[in-house]
Amino acid sequence: MDAIRENIPLLLQGIGTTVALTLLGYTFALILGTVLAVARVSPIPPLRWAATVYVEIFRNIPLLSLLILISFGLPDVGLLLPYFWCGVLGLTLSSAAFVCENVRSGINTVPIGHAEAARSIGLGFFGTLRFVVLPQAFRTMIQPLVNVFIGTVIGSALCSAIAVQEITWVTQTLNIRYAQAVLMFLIAGAVYLILSLGGAAVGSAIERAVAPGGRGRSEATRRLDVTAGAQA
Amino acid sequence: MSAASNSSTATQVLFDAPGPKGRRRILILSILSVVAILAILAGALWQFHANGQLDPNKWVVYLRADYIAFLGQGLWGTLKVTALAAVVAFPLGLLLALARLSRVKLVSTLAAVWIEFYRGIPMLLVVYAFLLALPAFGVTFPRFWMLVIPMILVSSASTAEVFRAGINAVDKGQHEAAAAIGLGRRDAMASVILPQAVRLVLPSLILALVSLLKDSTLGYVVSYNELQFQGKTLVSITRYLVQTYLVVSVIYIVINFLLTRIALALDARMKARSAAS
Repeated sequence: MDAIRENIPLLLQGIGTTVALTLLGYTFALILGTVLAVARVSPIPPLRWAATVYVEIFRNIPLLSLLILISFGLPDVGLLLPYFWCGVLGLTLSSAAFVCENVRSGINTVPIGHAEAARSIGLGFFGTLRFVVLPQAFRTMIQPLVNVFIGTVIGSALCSAIAVQEITWVTQTLNIRYAQAVLMFLIAGAVYLILSLGGAAVGSAIERAVAPGGRGRSEATRRLDVTAGAQA
Repeated sequence: MSAASNSSTATQVLFDAPGPKGRRRILILSILSVVAILAILAGALWQFHANGQLDPNKWVVYLRADYIAFLGQGLWGTLKVTALAAVVAFPLGLLLALARLSRVKLVSTLAAVWIEFYRGIPMLLVVYAFLLALPAFGVTFPRFWMLVIPMILVSSASTAEVFRAGINAVDKGQHEAAAAIGLGRRDAMASVILPQAVRLVLPSLILALVSLLKDSTLGYVVSYNELQFQGKTLVSITRYLVQTYLVVSVIYIVINFLLTRIALALDARMKARSAAS
C-alpha cells in the first residue's frame, strides 16, 4: 500500500492524462468524423472520394502503428509535436474514421421519404441534413458512438508505448519500482473500466432522453450493422 | 423504391438531381476541393523532401530481397498469431455467448463479468499482466503465448457479443416453430437458431479478424517477431524510420482493407438474399 500512498500525485497525474487523452481525442474525432461523413454524402465527388480514402486508411491501420508513425516519424519530416499531442492526434485520426462510418450508417437509417419531404418544402442539402436527417440519425448513432468512445478509452493505453505518461505507463513504472504487480493492475484496470462503463452509462442516459416512445431498431440489428467496422 | 433502398443511392437522395446552376456550383466546388487536396499532398511531399526523406536510396532498400524476406517473416508471424487466436477465440466467444444467455443465473453472471471485463480494459494491460505480473508468481510463457493468450482473451469477449447479437437477431418465429415441432430449448438452439445466427454474424467475424490483426501489433511490446516488431528491428538496422513504418503500415492497411471488403460484400449478399425471400 506504500506504493500507492507515496505516489498519489503521480497516479492522479496518470489518470488525468488518460482522461485528457480520451476526451480530447474523442471530441476531435466527433468533429472530424462528422465533417467526413457530410463529405461522404455530399454532391461533390472529390470530397466523397477523399473522405472514402481517409476512412479506408485510418480504420484499417492498427492504432499502435499509427501512433508509432506519428510520434517517431513526424520529427523526421520536420514536425515536432509533444508526445501527448501525438497521442491525441493518433486517437483522433483513428476514431474519426469510425465516427464517420457510424454517422453515415446512421444517416442511411433515416427513411428516404423524410429527405424527399424535406426537399419538397425547399430545404437544400445542408438544410435537409441539419433539420431532418441528422436529428433522427443521431438516435440510432448513440450506441455505436459509445462503442467508439470505449475504443478511444482502450486505445489511449497504447499511448504508453510512445512514452505518454498516462495511467498504464504510470502503473507499469511503479510496478517495476515496487514489484506490486497485482495492485497496479487493479488500479489501471479500474480506471479503464470506470471510464468505459461511465461512457456507456452516459450514452444510455442520452438514448433514453431522446427516445420517442418506442425504439426504431432493436439493439440486436444495430449491433449487427457491420458497415461501422471493428475498432481498436 | 427497391432500387432507392440500397445504401449507395440512399445518400444521393439528400440532394436533388442538380439543374444547370447546381451543376456549375458542384463543378466549382469540385475544382476547389481538388486544389485543396492536391495542396495538402504537395505540402506533405514538400515536407518529406525538405527533410531529405524522399532520397531514393532510403526507399529502394525495401526492394532488397533480404529486407523483403525479413518483413515477410514478420508478416508470417502476424498471420500465424492472428489465425491461431481466431481459431481459439471464436468458438470460445460462442460458448461465452451461450453461457451469457443461459437460464442458470450463476453461469450467465460469470459469462457477463468475463465479457464486460475483457471488453472494458485495454489489451495492453493484459499483455503486461503476462509480461510483468505473472512472472512474479513464477509463471512464465514464451513470447509467442504472451501475445496469443491476451489476443484470445480480449477477442473472446468481443466475439461473444457478436454471437449474442446474432442469436438475438434470429427471428422470434423460429423459436416458436422449433417449439411447435417439439424441439426442446437445447435442440432448438443447436439445430435451428445457431446455424442461422452463425450465418448472420459471418461478416462481423471477418471484421473481428481485422481487430485481431491490429491487436497482433502488440508483439512490438513483447518482442515477438510479428510485422510491427520486425519493422522496429529493421529501423534499428537501417535508421530509415519513416520509410520502414510507412511500408509496414501500408501492408496492414492493404490486408485489413481486403478483409473489410470481403466482410462488406458478404453482408451485402446476405442482405440482398433476405430481401429477395
